[in-house]
Amino acid sequence: MSPPVPSKILTDDVSLLMVLIDTNPHFWSSIKPHFSFSKFLSHVLAFLNSILLLNQLNQVVVLATGINSCGYVFDSSSGSVSQRAESLLPKLEEFAENDESLSERDDDSGNGVGSSLLSGSLSMALCYIQRVFRSGPLHPQPRILCLHGSPDGPGQYVAIMNSIFSAQRSMVPIDSCVIGIQHSAFLQQASYITGGVYLKPQQLDGLFQYLATVFATDLHSRNFLRLPKPVGVDFRASCFCHKNTIDMGFICSVCLSIFCKHQKKCSTCGSTFGQAKTLDPSASQQR
Amino acid sequence: MADKQQQVVVKRARHKSSVKDPGTPGVLKMTKDRFTFMANDPSSPVKLNVEFRTIKGHKFTKDGTKQALLNLTQDQGGNYIFEFENFPDRNVCKDFVASAIALSGEAGRTVPEKSAVPIQDEQLSAAEMERRIKLLQEDSDLQKLHKQFVIGGILSEAEFWATRKKLLEQNYSRRPKQRVALKNDMWSTKPLADGQSNRVTFNLTPEIILQIFAEKPAVRQAYLNFVPNKMTEKEFWTKYSRAEYLHSTKNVIAAAAEAAEDEELAVFLKQDDMLVNEARKKIRQVDPTLDMEADEGDDYMHLPIQDHGLPRNDNKDVLDSQYEPYRRSFSQHLNQHAAVVLQGRVIDVELGDTRSVAEALARTKHAELAKDASDVYLDKERLERISRMTEIEDLQAPRDPAVAPLSIKDPRDYFDSQQANAFSTLGDTVSGAKQLKCSVSTREAYCSLKECISEIKFQGLTEPTINSEVAFKVLNGLAQNISSNKYHLGRNPNESILDSLPKITREELLLHWSSIQELLKHFWSSYPITTKYLLTKATKLKDAMSQIYPKLQEIKESVQSDLRHQVSLLVQPMLQALDAAFAHYDADVQNRSARSGERPNGF
Repeated sequence: MSPPVPSKILTDDVSLLMVLIDTNPHFWSSIKPHFSFSKFLSHVLAFLNSILLLNQLNQVVVLATGINSCGYVFDSSSGSVSQRAESLLPKLEEFAENDESLSERDDDSGNGVGSSLLSGSLSMALCYIQRVFRSGPLHPQPRILCLHGSPDGPGQYVAIMNSIFSAQRSMVPIDSCVIGIQHSAFLQQASYITGGVYLKPQQLDGLFQYLATVFATDLHSRNFLRLPKPVGVDFRASCFCHKNTIDMGFICSVCLSIFCKHQKKCSTCGSTFGQAKTLDPSASQQR
Repeated sequence: MADKQQQVVVKRARHKSSVKDPGTPGVLKMTKDRFTFMANDPSSPVKLNVEFRTIKGHKFTKDGTKQALLNLTQDQGGNYIFEFENFPDRNVCKDFVASAIALSGEAGRTVPEKSAVPIQDEQLSAAEMERRIKLLQEDSDLQKLHKQFVIGGILSEAEFWATRKKLLEQNYSRRPKQRVALKNDMWSTKPLADGQSNRVTFNLTPEIILQIFAEKPAVRQAYLNFVPNKMTEKEFWTKYSRAEYLHSTKNVIAAAAEAAEDEELAVFLKQDDMLVNEARKKIRQVDPTLDMEADEGDDYMHLPIQDHGLPRNDNKDVLDSQYEPYRRSFSQHLNQHAAVVLQGRVIDVELGDTRSVAEALARTKHAELAKDASDVYLDKERLERISRMTEIEDLQAPRDPAVAPLSIKDPRDYFDSQQANAFSTLGDTVSGAKQLKCSVSTREAYCSLKECISEIKFQGLTEPTINSEVAFKVLNGLAQNISSNKYHLGRNPNESILDSLPKITREELLLHWSSIQELLKHFWSSYPITTKYLLTKATKLKDAMSQIYPKLQEIKESVQSDLRHQVSLLVQPMLQALDAAFAHYDADVQNRSARSGERPNGF
């Protein structure tokens, strides 16, 4: 870690930016006609260099999110001199090799793009940030930027929600820039809960402009800058039986699973529901 | 003549048509909703039977004037003047009239219940009625709701207030006024020393006496014992003042000497045994299982300033043990004083009579002691708790959990459902629904990835990084996005859409919103329908809601065209909620009729 910084140089807008790059090879090959990984990298590298130019004390750390592993590929504060972003390239190559070797040999799955390990890289980023917090009272303000495109993996839901809540607690905003075709529900929730920015760029060849306009802003400036806001985050629940979004439904009082119709038994935890006594028209006439 | 509950008031009175008129004597009888007047002379034409609903106000002459008059005025201008024999009579009637008028003005007629199960008529006390009326008077929104629903006959009084119990209680508990606490003045008995002569004057007011008795139980006990048997009150207080003076000079030896001579004085100079006993008892009641962590702030030994600025007593003068009882401890005195002040006033006796004050205090102390002594159950509970908390865990047998373990079958089901939900509701562009197909094998995919990386390594970054036209387009798009969001969500965070609407529309919308909330609350709480009462209630509520529905549509159309979109955005959720309620009601009715069709008669 770099030596502690004297207080008079550490101004409000010094930031520590953790960038999580999605290196899911399936995703990148599927998106090949529109946007290539090399173009993506050139935008991102230019962006990282410009962050380092904004302030002498800014720090950038890049994590690669693969499908079998996650790893650090760049840390601007390592070494005696602040490094340029291009030095991440050899490390990234190494990471891709490593990731490939971890995947199973006979996995020639031709169906669907798998998900990358977003929860893993979020956790690693948060651990790094915690280390920075504990290094002393003077440190740059951390935030996380996810450049993500792979679809959300439902198995990672719990882990991602945990990372989101711990980020919220440490007051670290998670910005999301979604370069895939679909929106990402996880990242929408992440940005909403932690107070970050969620953006899905319409034009991917202008990615650098999006990054420089929206995601280069430090936390102090966000108090008086207006950044794009999604119109709404959908928090509605979906029923377990049909996976429809519902406004009103029935809830099991034991495990809180949601159903759209009255059920005799809860399918999640197996508890049986009692019957409500219903009005009998013939019986009421007797009263 | 007046009923205990003030349900009926019967008084002798004279009915007058004007103030100067001598009036016809008779009997005035008043019940909650009407009053009747019967003249003594059966042939007189004056016979009144008037409902309080028509009476709008009442006027009366002041107490002590020539005539005790009560004038009940009607809305249309008519009035009824009654003269009473005396003012107390008139005042009783006046109060009754006041509450009756308020009642009839506010309480709506209760809808006759057609249900098979009769609803008990609420036996409301006058206090409860007053509380409700007061609440309605204070909150005009609540009053509007109340008028709309209860007087309109859609909800009954009981239902309306059932969900507002908290409001009523709050109102009620605001009644007790603030009381004056004890003074936190420890030096109130400081003597006024006359510099020239050798006299010292003490001023003792009843307040001070109360405080002395509360802080020093020994003095109180002494007072009860000595006065008036051994000495008069004045002598008692003189002795006490002498003792205080001796203490203030901090001359322990002199105090001991005087105490040896005068045994009554000795009582004031010695340590207070009763206090000591009380303190011991309090210590015993402290919960030993309380887990308090000590940190640096609790270190009293190594403070730079000794004892927080108070001079320490040890190592000073080592006196003979015979003088020990006469030494006063300042910190003890301070603690006792603080405890008494915080406790507040425990007795309600008039302060003038010293003896009664002393007795009252003694009584309260006795009561406390008795309560503590008889609290065997409390002791037992404490012991149990102590034994539970200090148990050694690894020597215990495993305790069975009191609950059945929760088993969730398959968490993946849940997560998959959330995933599907997220995609289907995000309303994306055309390509949103399509899932990308990856027809490339893993190895090839990795290969192309690595190729891309080495491409950049050798060629460097693309030049220019970004096309200027594209950048310009992006900037424009972002700016537009941000400004349109601003327009939708309000110009600044503090302002809302409602403020930009004309006042009437805004008021109407808010009123409709609160009435819809109220109606929906009652509607949904009456499902599932199990009794006929609930069925009629649900029907009534549904009718009321269907009346509001077209009004909302009207509002949408009546607004100017530039605000129409925003208003429809505001109104949309209300309409949706109402639609959901209607759909549920219709479905339920259908089910019911289908079920009743199935069952043949004679079940």
